[in-house]
Amino acid sequence: MGKLDIILPENLDKSIFDQWFDERFETRMAERAAAHVPSLAIIATKGTLDWAYPPFILASTASALGWDVSVFFTFYGLELLKKDLHLEISPLGNPSMPMKMPFGPQWFKDINWKIPNLVMAGMPGFEKMATGLMQQTVKNNGVASIEELRSICIESDVKLVACQMTVELFGHSHDAFIPEITDWIGAASFLPVAQKSDVCLFI
Amino acid sequence: MNTHATQTLDARGMNCPLPILRTKKALSAMSSGETLAITSTDPGSFKDMQAFCKQTGNELLSSNQEQGEFVYVVRKS
Repeated sequence: MGKLDIILPENLDKSIFDQWFDERFETRMAERAAAHVPSLAIIATKGTLDWAYPPFILASTASALGWDVSVFFTFYGLELLKKDLHLEISPLGNPSMPMKMPFGPQWFKDINWKIPNLVMAGMPGFEKMATGLMQQTVKNNGVASIEELRSICIESDVKLVACQMTVELFGHSHDAFIPEITDWIGAASFLPVAQKSDVCLFI
Repeated sequence: MNTHATQTLDARGMNCPLPILRTKKALSAMSSGETLAITSTDPGSFKDMQAFCKQTGNELLSSNQEQGEFVYVVRKS
């Protein structure tokens, strides 16, 4: 005899009990799903202007959806938490990046300039120029600036956590970073957060 | 623009995810049952607004496209 046979009266039809249980289980699971606050954990590792967008866009949007969000900034990702953002973009070695001019007549804007790597690498100030063009393109298209998205994240209680080891590794000073950083931690502290999250992204 | 809404939000010229973020911000300052009319020019906002409302429990009362502009009316839950 199993445990259930002892608890249930002898004459009880087990299929009725099973049906009751299934219904109850469904209700309970639905209640649990409704009360669950989804969570997102992002590991941001890159510090260029283009790669700064995905973590901040996803974090701010998730928080607008009512999710609980934490972003762990490590290695070059720490640049995204500096008080003064000087993010640049490098088209060098990035064949997927369109090189288009954000000004002039439409036919001119539509040209995708194929610039050889050798020229990009050899021309002084090329990255500065590419960064300027990117910033203008962002502005023309009504895409938010990184500063704006970061402020929205801070306003909406996204937890911005920074990697302590990277600070020491690269010789950064804590003073260079925004005071809104929730915590300075290491991998061992962030992994449990990532473990419990519904969505975890490495960017 | 729907003039019957309690509040209006002009999100024209903004791109993903700004229309959603601005909507969220406007709604948080409103009371339950009040309505917000949002105008957007971002084609991506059409599906995003549906997803946003579904996820946050706010009701999307209407979703219209008029001359390249999208107009949404959302009732705060």
